[in-house]
Amino acid sequence: MTLVECKNLYKNYGKREVLKNINLKINKGKIYGLLGPNGSGKTTLIKLINDLLVPTNGTILINGKNPGIESKKIISYLPERTYLNFDMKISETIEYFKDFYDNFDEKKAYELLKRLNINKDDKLKTMSKGTKEKVQLVLVMSRKADIYILDEPIGGVDPASRDYILDTILKNFNDNASIIISTHLISDVEKVLDDVIFISDGKIILNESADKLRNERKKSIDAIFREEFKC
Amino acid sequence: MNWVFDNERPIYLQLVEQLKILIISGKFKAGEKLPSVRDLAFETHVNPNTMQKALNELENSKILYTQRTSGKFVTTDKKLLEKLKNELALKYGKQFFENMNNLGFSYDEAIEYLKKSKGEI
Repeated sequence: MTLVECKNLYKNYGKREVLKNINLKINKGKIYGLLGPNGSGKTTLIKLINDLLVPTNGTILINGKNPGIESKKIISYLPERTYLNFDMKISETIEYFKDFYDNFDEKKAYELLKRLNINKDDKLKTMSKGTKEKVQLVLVMSRKADIYILDEPIGGVDPASRDYILDTILKNFNDNASIIISTHLISDVEKVLDDVIFISDGKIILNESADKLRNERKKSIDAIFREEFKC
Repeated sequence: MNWVFDNERPIYLQLVEQLKILIISGKFKAGEKLPSVRDLAFETHVNPNTMQKALNELENSKILYTQRTSGKFVTTDKKLLEKLKNELALKYGKQFFENMNNLGFSYDEAIEYLKKSKGEI
């Protein structure tokens, strides 16, 4: 079943074409890697799917409908930059999420935080960059959504924490949902991906099963990426 | 068991190989029920879809069988398990002689080294 469909999608910022004729289907029950160099259009595509930007041309369908209030309910989105109030205590942030999202599972959030040894009375501003990122991921993954969109979820954390984050993503992944992970840290993430989407200069240049690519090219996704995007 | 994957080869194939070793060596015994796909995926830190694919592959080669509603089990066909063990032993043997051959050793010399290294294990 298709959860997200982009048809002949274009996005311009002024005269600059950022996305050029994107055609893409995101199906249920899979983890996708949205991979591309800086400035290739990954975040723009993600913002369009999240209804934070409007297409210049073409259409996006979320569960068959245009993005809007309904689609925001079923998409759980981890933005590249945080939108949380760092003066809030963790427990207050959780209350905030509970108010905001019907599908937020408070119990799950506290369980995940406990595993991280994070005190609910601590404020975000007292935490390291890596811990903040983990808290945000916990909040996003504690929503019972159909589509999880994670923009650079492991960007600011050390390798050991990356494994924790990937485990958290995997543990909360179920057959009824899809996950889109945008990243340029490919070697850390690639083993959990079903499919990879390579985006270059606003165009999709490859959309294929990760294991099929490894089999055909006898190379890692990271090596294939380096090959495709050689400067 | 330490699960390590090489990103240059399909992950599901590596899971098939590693699960085969667990079965052949008796970590998962003949007729034993396997943990669920989700539990196995979590233990190995892979995507459940990839684990499912690996288990399907093992089922296609009759090493596993599915019992409706109660999960996947290791085959009770001891002959098949014995055959797999022999295949793997031959593969390891071939690899050894190939490596020694690449270093310029004859078969007999390789055997000598094999005997010598036995004392060091």
